[in-house]
Amino acid sequence: MIPNDIEITPKLIAEHGLKPDEYQRILDLIGRTPTITELGIFSAMWNEHCSYKSSKKWLRTLPTTGPRVICGPGENAGVVDIDDGQAIIFKMESHNHPSYIEPYQGAATGVGGILRDVFTMGARPIAALNALRFGAPEHPRTRHVVSGVVAGVGGYGNSFGVPTIGGEVNFDESYNGNCLVNAFAAGLADTDKIFYSEAKGVGLPIVYLGSKTGRDGIHGATMASAEFDQDTEEKRPTVQIGDPFSEKLLLEACLELMATGAVIAIQDMGAAGLTCSAVEMGAKGDLGVELNLDMVPCRETGMTAYEMMLSESQERMLMVLDPAKEAEAQAVFRKWHLDFAVIGKTTDDLRFRIFRHGELMADLPIKELGDQAPEYDRPWTATPKPAFLDASDVAAPNDISATLVKILGLPDMASRRWVWEQYDHLIQGNTAIGPGGDAAVIRIGDGPKALAFTLDVSPRYCFADPEEGGKQAVVECWRNLNAVGAEPLAITDNLNFGNPEKPEIMGQFVGCIQGIGAACRALDFPVVSGNVSLYNETNGKGILPTPAIGAVGLLPDISLRTTVAFKATGEAIIVLGETKGHLGQSIYVRDIVGRRNADAPPPVDLAAERHNGEFVRAEIRSRALTAVHDVSDGGLLVALAEMAMAGGIGASVEADTGLSLHAWAFGEDQGRYVVTLPSAGVDAFIDRAAEANVPAYVIGETGGTELTLKGSAPISLASLKSAHEAWFPTYMAGPDLLDA
Amino acid sequence: MKSAVIVFPGSNRERDMLNALEKITGTKPIAVWHAETELPKVDLVVLPGGFSYGDYLRTGAIAARAPIMTDVKKKSETGVHVMGVCNGFQILCEAGLLPGILMRNNHLKFVCRQVKLEVTNANTAFTRKYSQGEVWRCPVAHGDGNYFTDADTLARLEGENRVVFRYAEGTNPNGSLNDIAGIINAKGNVMGLMPHPENEIEALNGGTEGRALFESLLEAVA
Repeated sequence: MIPNDIEITPKLIAEHGLKPDEYQRILDLIGRTPTITELGIFSAMWNEHCSYKSSKKWLRTLPTTGPRVICGPGENAGVVDIDDGQAIIFKMESHNHPSYIEPYQGAATGVGGILRDVFTMGARPIAALNALRFGAPEHPRTRHVVSGVVAGVGGYGNSFGVPTIGGEVNFDESYNGNCLVNAFAAGLADTDKIFYSEAKGVGLPIVYLGSKTGRDGIHGATMASAEFDQDTEEKRPTVQIGDPFSEKLLLEACLELMATGAVIAIQDMGAAGLTCSAVEMGAKGDLGVELNLDMVPCRETGMTAYEMMLSESQERMLMVLDPAKEAEAQAVFRKWHLDFAVIGKTTDDLRFRIFRHGELMADLPIKELGDQAPEYDRPWTATPKPAFLDASDVAAPNDISATLVKILGLPDMASRRWVWEQYDHLIQGNTAIGPGGDAAVIRIGDGPKALAFTLDVSPRYCFADPEEGGKQAVVECWRNLNAVGAEPLAITDNLNFGNPEKPEIMGQFVGCIQGIGAACRALDFPVVSGNVSLYNETNGKGILPTPAIGAVGLLPDISLRTTVAFKATGEAIIVLGETKGHLGQSIYVRDIVGRRNADAPPPVDLAAERHNGEFVRAEIRSRALTAVHDVSDGGLLVALAEMAMAGGIGASVEADTGLSLHAWAFGEDQGRYVVTLPSAGVDAFIDRAAEANVPAYVIGETGGTELTLKGSAPISLASLKSAHEAWFPTYMAGPDLLDA
Repeated sequence: MKSAVIVFPGSNRERDMLNALEKITGTKPIAVWHAETELPKVDLVVLPGGFSYGDYLRTGAIAARAPIMTDVKKKSETGVHVMGVCNGFQILCEAGLLPGILMRNNHLKFVCRQVKLEVTNANTAFTRKYSQGEVWRCPVAHGDGNYFTDADTLARLEGENRVVFRYAEGTNPNGSLNDIAGIINAKGNVMGLMPHPENEIEALNGGTEGRALFESLLEAVA
C-alpha cells in the first residue's frame, strides 16, 4: 500500500475539479483511496482540457480521412501529404485562460506550445498564425490584454524564428472576461521521417529533455477547465513562463537528434506536463511506464512528486530512445546546453508508477488514465432557428459612401497593421503573401511549390445559428485558399465555447460541429487536428461560440498566386456568385444600424461554394485573373475598397440589380469572389463561367484614385486608407485604463 | 568569394543569410558554431540576425564574448571583411568592433516592415555597387535597433563619412540617432546594419535591391 500523508477530503477533491461521480469512478478503478499525487494525476488527465470528455462524442462525427491525410487527430498535430515526399504538419490550439490572467506570458506560451507540437513530430516550423478575440474596445481591461497578447505572440515567435503571417483579431463584449488566443503552427517534414508519440518496446529508457522543471503552471490545465470569477487575478501563479530561446535550442537539438535515428517515440510536455506526456506515450503503445522523479532536472529544490507531476514548465520533451544510441543522443543535447536525463523506463504491465526518494508515490492503471478516460453525453438543446431579416426592414444609410468609410474604420474592420508589424512575417525569406490578404502564402524551399494558410470564423453568425455559422467558418477558409489559387487540403479546428454543462451552450457546440462536419464532407476538406476550449465564461456569462478554423492549401507553382490588390487601370471588375443582399448579422446591421437581434446569418450553399471555388482556382491557374478577393465581413463594397486600397488604384462600379443599394453594398451573401481581368478577356470569361454554372456579373472597371459607386459620392483612396489605418494605432495610443 | 556565417545559440536568420550568400555569390558559405575558436580561411565573416542567447542581459552582449569572437576580432585586424546584420550589428557593437550601441526601439515595440534606405557612402566594399544617394527598399525586423552613441563619436562617424546607410523618406522605424541604419569601422572592413538585405534578394521578396550589397562584396574581395 502507498502511505497517504494527506487526507483526501471532499473539499480537496472539488479543488481538483473532480465531480463526486468522477471521484467514485477513481475509487472503483483503484479499489482504495488515492494518494495526493494520484489525485493530482487524475485531475490532470480527466479535466476537460486533456480528456475532451464533453466533446469527444461529437468530435468523432467529423470527417478526418482523405487521400492526402497521413495522420489525423489524436497525435500532436495533423499530417498531410503535399507531394514529392513532403508533408505539412499543423495544428491550432487555444491558450485562452492563461492569456487573460497574464496576457504576455499566456500568449507567448500558447505560441511555444503549438510550435512544440509541430516540431515534436519532426517538422521544422515554417508558418505561424493566430486568431485573437478581445473584449469590447471600451472595456477597461481590453487595451491591456491586446497589448500584452500581441507582444507575447510576437515575443515568442520572433525570437524562435518562425514567420507569423496572418490570423484574425476581433472585439466583442462577450470576450470582456475571456479573451481567446488560438495559435496555429505548421511545419515541414519528409513523409518518411515523421515521429509519433506511441512508445514501442519494453524496458527502454524514457528520457527527459529540454529545460528544467519548476513550480510554474501547476494546475494550468485544471484552471483552463473552469470558469472565471472575480478572483481570477489570484490564478496568476498557474500561468507558465515561456523562454523562446530555450525552445529554439530544443528545436535544433530535437531535429539533430531525430536525424541520428535514436528516437523511438517523442511527446512534448504541454498541458499537465510530465503526467500527460508519459501517460500518452505508454497508453498509446499499450505499455506501462515507471518514472523515478529523483532523476528529473529541477530548477527549484524540495519539489514534491505532486508538484513535479503537475508542473507545466515550458520547453520540455519526453522521449523513448534506442538504448544503443543513448550516448550519441546525449552529446547532441550537451552541445545545445539542454538537460538530458534518463528518468524511467517502459514496462509490460500497463501500470503508471511514480517513485520519489525511493518511495512509490503513485501506482495507477495507465489505459484508464489515458485513452479510457471518462466520457459524457451532455444534454443539449438546439439553438432555435432564427428568422430571416428582409433588407426592406433595414434602414438605408443617408450616404453609402460615408457609411463605407465608417465601416472601414470599425474596430472589427480596420487594418490590423498595428498588430502584424509586431510579428516578424518575413523571416526564413519565403513569405510570398504576408498578412492582410485572403490567405498567406509561403514558398516551400526554393519552390516552385507553395502553401497557403488562413484562419476564419464569424462568431456572430455562430451565435445566431450555430450550424450555418459552423459551415460558414469552413467555407470562408475554403474561399480564402481558392482566392490565392491554392487547392484546399485540410483543416484544424479550435473550438472555443462556454460551459458545456449548460444545455444551450452544449447545443451551440453540437450545432457548430454539425455545420463544420457538413461543410467538410461537402468540400472533401478533412479535419486533421484540433483543440477544444470550454468553460470560457466569467460570472456565468459565456463567450460567443467561436469555432476557429485553420486551413492549409497547396499551390504547385508559386508564380500562380494572386493577391487582392487591383493591378492595372481599365480592367474589368466581375463578381462571381449570387448577390442577394442578405443583411441579417452583417457588419452593417450590427455596427451601423446597431441591431443585435437573433436574425439569421447568410445561408451557406455548400454545392455552390464548391463549384464557385473550383472555378476560381481553375481560372487563376490558367492565369486568366489579375486580382481575386473573397467577399466576407462587410460585404461587396468593403471587398472592393480593400482591393482598391491594396493596389492604390480606384474603381467605378454600378449595382445593376433590383436590390436596394445598401443591401447590394453591405449584404454578406456567401459563395462570392470579386475578380479582375483585362477587358479583352471578359466575354470569353463570362462564357466559361456560364458553362461552369457560376453566376458572373461585370460590375465596373478599375482606374483613377477614387472608388465610385453609381448613385453615391466618389470617395478618394486616401480617405478610405486613412479611416482604415487610423483606428488601431489611435485606440492603442489611449491610456492604459488598468494602470490609471 | 569564400564566406562564413557564425551560428550562436538563438541565431535565427542564419539560414536566410546562408541562402542569400549561396544564391548571389555562387559559393556555399560555411556555417561556423560559436564555440569554435578558429575561423576557416574566408574573405567574409557574417554575424547573422536572431536573438543570440535570447537577448538576455543586453542584445548581443553574451554572444560578443563567445569563443569564436576572439578570432573574428583577430581576422578583422588582418583585413578580413566582417558584416553584422541586425543581431549581428548588436554583437559587433558589444564586441567593440563598431562604436555605439543599439537601444530599445523608441516606441518600445518590435517592428517588422519595409523601410527606405539611403546609401550615404557608396565608396565602401559593402556598397560600391550602389550609387551615392541611391534610395532602396529593405525590410527591418527588430526590437532593439535604436542606434545611439555619444556626441563626439557621432561627430567623428559623420565627419569620416562612416554612416553607410540612413533611413530615408521618414521611415526611421526605431528612433535611431541621425537616422543611422548602418555604420562602418575606420578601416572600412567591418560593417553593421539593422535592416535585412538577405530578405530582399529575389522577386518573391517583392524587391531585389539587397543583392547589390552582396555583389559589392563579391567585387571588392574577389
